[in-house]
Amino acid sequence: MLTASGCGGTGRELAQFFDVTRLGAFVTRSITMAPRAGRPTPRMAETPSGLLNAVGLQGPGVEAFLTQELPWLAERGARTVVSIGGGTVAEYTALARRLADAPGVTAVEVNLSCPNVEDRGRVFARDGSSAAEVVASVRAATRYDVPVIAKLAPDVADIVAVARSCVDGGADALAMINTPVGMSVDVDTMRPSLAAGTGGLSGPAIRPLAVRCVWQVHAALPGVPIIGMGGVTSGRDALEFVLAGACAVAVGSALFHDPYACPRIQRELEELLTERGFDRLADAVGLAHHPPGSGPRGRTDLEESSL
Amino acid sequence: MAASPVQVTGTVLTTRRVDAYHALTVVAPGVADRTRPGHFVGVAVGGPSTSMLTRRAFAIHDVKPDYGGTVELVFTVRGPGTAWLADLRARDTLDLVGPLGRPFPLPRDPCTCVLVGGEYGSASLFALGDALQQRGCRIDFVLGAPSADRLFGALRARRMGETTTLTTEDGSIGMRGKVTDVLPGVIADTRADVVYACGPMAMLQGVTAVAVEFDIPVQVAVEEAMACGIGVCMTCVLPVIGDDGVTRMVRACTDGPVFRGERVRFEDVGTIPFDALGAPGGRHA
Repeated sequence: MLTASGCGGTGRELAQFFDVTRLGAFVTRSITMAPRAGRPTPRMAETPSGLLNAVGLQGPGVEAFLTQELPWLAERGARTVVSIGGGTVAEYTALARRLADAPGVTAVEVNLSCPNVEDRGRVFARDGSSAAEVVASVRAATRYDVPVIAKLAPDVADIVAVARSCVDGGADALAMINTPVGMSVDVDTMRPSLAAGTGGLSGPAIRPLAVRCVWQVHAALPGVPIIGMGGVTSGRDALEFVLAGACAVAVGSALFHDPYACPRIQRELEELLTERGFDRLADAVGLAHHPPGSGPRGRTDLEESSL
Repeated sequence: MAASPVQVTGTVLTTRRVDAYHALTVVAPGVADRTRPGHFVGVAVGGPSTSMLTRRAFAIHDVKPDYGGTVELVFTVRGPGTAWLADLRARDTLDLVGPLGRPFPLPRDPCTCVLVGGEYGSASLFALGDALQQRGCRIDFVLGAPSADRLFGALRARRMGETTTLTTEDGSIGMRGKVTDVLPGVIADTRADVVYACGPMAMLQGVTAVAVEFDIPVQVAVEEAMACGIGVCMTCVLPVIGDDGVTRMVRACTDGPVFRGERVRFEDVGTIPFDALGAPGGRHA
């Protein structure tokens, strides 16, 4: 059980409610090289079973992160996945290099949904080759024992192709999905609801989309560990992702509604697995792909789950 | 100061209409005994299978020790979430997270305080007034609203305050005009040492300008749209000048909602000022 990037603050906010070390991992918001003030307000609009947001990666920059936020997590022994975001391949590489000698980094997650300054502002995740270029350079700059996770966006023609490029580029795991781009217009003011116009859609509204992406990628690349996310609010939702092929599940927008969402969903998932006679989560991963009665398949290549 | 918040499923004790507003008393032990004036709660709306993901933030109007501790919220119906709240009846349950935010700082020594409330922003001022009076402060109220039915707590203000000045924009009660029209007179008459204000942004901006003119401290509780209320979603930010003189986009929920008025860049709310830390193309970029 993980927190989704950008949904858990610095960790301190959630620590008021539960022990962050009990998480499979705490995923930070995307860290950028320089401090970022983010987008103007309004940054958030509620939609049916969902949430549009355009925060714009507000954050203190990597130096402040390394001096103020990461040590706090490391002191407590929380497993920390550091999400990084940049506008160029060089910026991602520099960030990965900066994190390489920092203690307490369990894994690096590459947020590929950042506009590529060198490609007319199109996001890296849109195209396999630029995504792979970023992943490969981050992989090269990161210590060998720190996994690199590529976070994919669903707004692509062929998610399997992008996933395959990232794995070929050296990604140890895939996180999916990032928020699809959405928009809402306030009919009273007759203006877009968000100051930025468009924003990322999250929440249960996108769960079917996320499950489809996980399903397709797991079917094509069964050996690659997938962190499933997108509208997980209960143990049943988490199990849906696991059955579709995710070996870990992240909770995002549900944290805004229920600060205790992570421990609650983990408990619910454990109960559901026990009810169904599973001894371990790994036995349920991708099970929906196999017709009932088919023999057990080799799962030696799957990473041990976070549960 | 930093009372750690808890999540509780509270039972609605009473619901009532107060002019244009709704008031809801909820049994919420754990929230009630930690609450200080200025704190707020995040309320989940729509029941357990709601399609409304974000919590609604409400200032805590009143805390009472009955039934282990109750909190009272005052709100107005603005959309489907608040409409659902307004339909709650006694004995329904409500999911609350609180107390949240940083409360009003209180003066160490007795002094004269003017409490300024706009519309139902005045709801959070009465608990503050109690706390100030316990410290031997003199309090005076200035309450304003567009019309009489949207003026909250005038009677209570009259009972508590040394003086109470009411303003309405349509003149239906008190003076015709805005709180900022009468505030300079009240500050001068009472020789106020400090101003506390809660209400719409435009009012807070005006009140701050008046207080700055009199060169007295002003504490404002801001209203910003929030999704989580606990500091993780980063949507309720506004530009505030820090102790080091640098403007940062800070969260109204955890860094506020109470700020020193002169530190809030009201004219830039809703934008990223070019000189804010990390602003696009700014000097810190």
